[in-house]
Amino acid sequence: MDLLADLADGVINGNDQRVAEITKQMIDQGTAPKAILDDGLIAGMKVVVERFRVQDIFLPDVLLAARAMYAGTELLRPLLIKEGIPSIGKVVIGSVQGDLHDIGKNLVGIMLKGAGFDVIDLGNNVAPERMVQAAQEQGATVIGMSALLTTTMPAMRKVVEMLHQEGLDDRIKTIVGGAPVSDDFARDIGADAHGFDAASAVDRVKLLMNVS
Amino acid sequence: MAVNIARCEAMARVRWCSYFRKHPYATPRGPVIQKVQFTATEVAPDRDAVLEHQGIPVGTSVKDHIEELYQQAVELLAETISPAGIMCDISAEDFAGVYEGDGRNDGKTPVGDMFARADHLALFVVTLGERTCSEITERFAANDFAIACMLDAAASIAADQLAETIEGRFGQELADRGWTPDHGGVLRYSPGYCGWHISGQKKLFEFLDPGKIGVTLRDSFLMEPLKSVSGVIIAGPREIHKFPINFGFCKQCKTRSCRQRLRALYAS
Repeated sequence: MDLLADLADGVINGNDQRVAEITKQMIDQGTAPKAILDDGLIAGMKVVVERFRVQDIFLPDVLLAARAMYAGTELLRPLLIKEGIPSIGKVVIGSVQGDLHDIGKNLVGIMLKGAGFDVIDLGNNVAPERMVQAAQEQGATVIGMSALLTTTMPAMRKVVEMLHQEGLDDRIKTIVGGAPVSDDFARDIGADAHGFDAASAVDRVKLLMNVS
Repeated sequence: MAVNIARCEAMARVRWCSYFRKHPYATPRGPVIQKVQFTATEVAPDRDAVLEHQGIPVGTSVKDHIEELYQQAVELLAETISPAGIMCDISAEDFAGVYEGDGRNDGKTPVGDMFARADHLALFVVTLGERTCSEITERFAANDFAIACMLDAAASIAADQLAETIEGRFGQELADRGWTPDHGGVLRYSPGYCGWHISGQKKLFEFLDPGKIGVTLRDSFLMEPLKSVSGVIIAGPREIHKFPINFGFCKQCKTRSCRQRLRALYAS
């Protein structure tokens, strides 16, 4: 029985109980945590995201799959930390200062984790200084910012400017998103990327970090 | 110049009478603000609209588990909402001040063009209350993403539905007052859309005081609770609601819901 294939299927079908069972079984059998993560859980999410892109399945299915994947990653987390296995990249995300909308930001966070990124979610109404500080403290190389009000978008410019003033903009890249945010706006403020939806945000982050 | 006090008072009475005929809920101290209650049916979100909000095209045959998610979200919504509304008539003169706000509107806008041609205007705010938003946050924190998102979609649709209901209530009130034009149209418009800068919320809130129903405004002009809708209801000949979609701000609009609402207005 190919447990990795079963694990991936569990993710694809959104079966969190099955995913937890198989993950535990594989851990008990001594399977390498990285293999369980990459070849089981992330492999399953990749299929889900691809099917979502072509509209074979819809957002609720992606979210059920993500929940199933988390059931496995929660069991793997202490082992990955113990073995010092890094994620493919660290991203700090947050809704900008003055903005409490966070559904879009949450979806981006879910899909980034599903792709294997380590995500530090600062929540909503996050001051620019806090975003930059968190990225430095956590060793993140991307800051993802979300805004749903035109009145809160200027905070995105502040983050970009702060990174530039502190000489961090080569090391820490920025991606912006949200309903009123456009490619033109992103270019105007000097952001490195714009994600028009959660799936494209993940693609852009991968490009920014040079990961496949 | 001698002032004829009696004549001034008589003129004032004429003006007030004319005002009261048009605004029966007004008093010499100002417009009367009505709190509005809603039934559960009025708040129940349309299924197709909720699923479409989740990216599922209308008419798609959905699998059982998605249908179950939708049902669960609707049940949670019913358990957590406390729908409320507040509304008051406003004169075109007063609305001009509200609409002008901080002077940040686009130069030419649909609302700017139409309100002076309206027969009646009313400001409104509706809300689903705070508990639903808290429930959504808690579900996300518990990794219950699918139900959190579905509930968020259901709440967003329900909030819009509340706004549509209060728009209908105003239309009905006007009809009860004797406003029955051959081809009248009653539609709502909100700050933050169609060139009406979102800072317009500030004057709207100062006039209406939605704090009475638990809705407050942040410095960023964000309403709390999040699932709240505010705006002006404009009643007049339906032609006044017609406007082209070639304004500069139309390029950023992703919904073009103005077209759908206009079609519905003419269909009715």
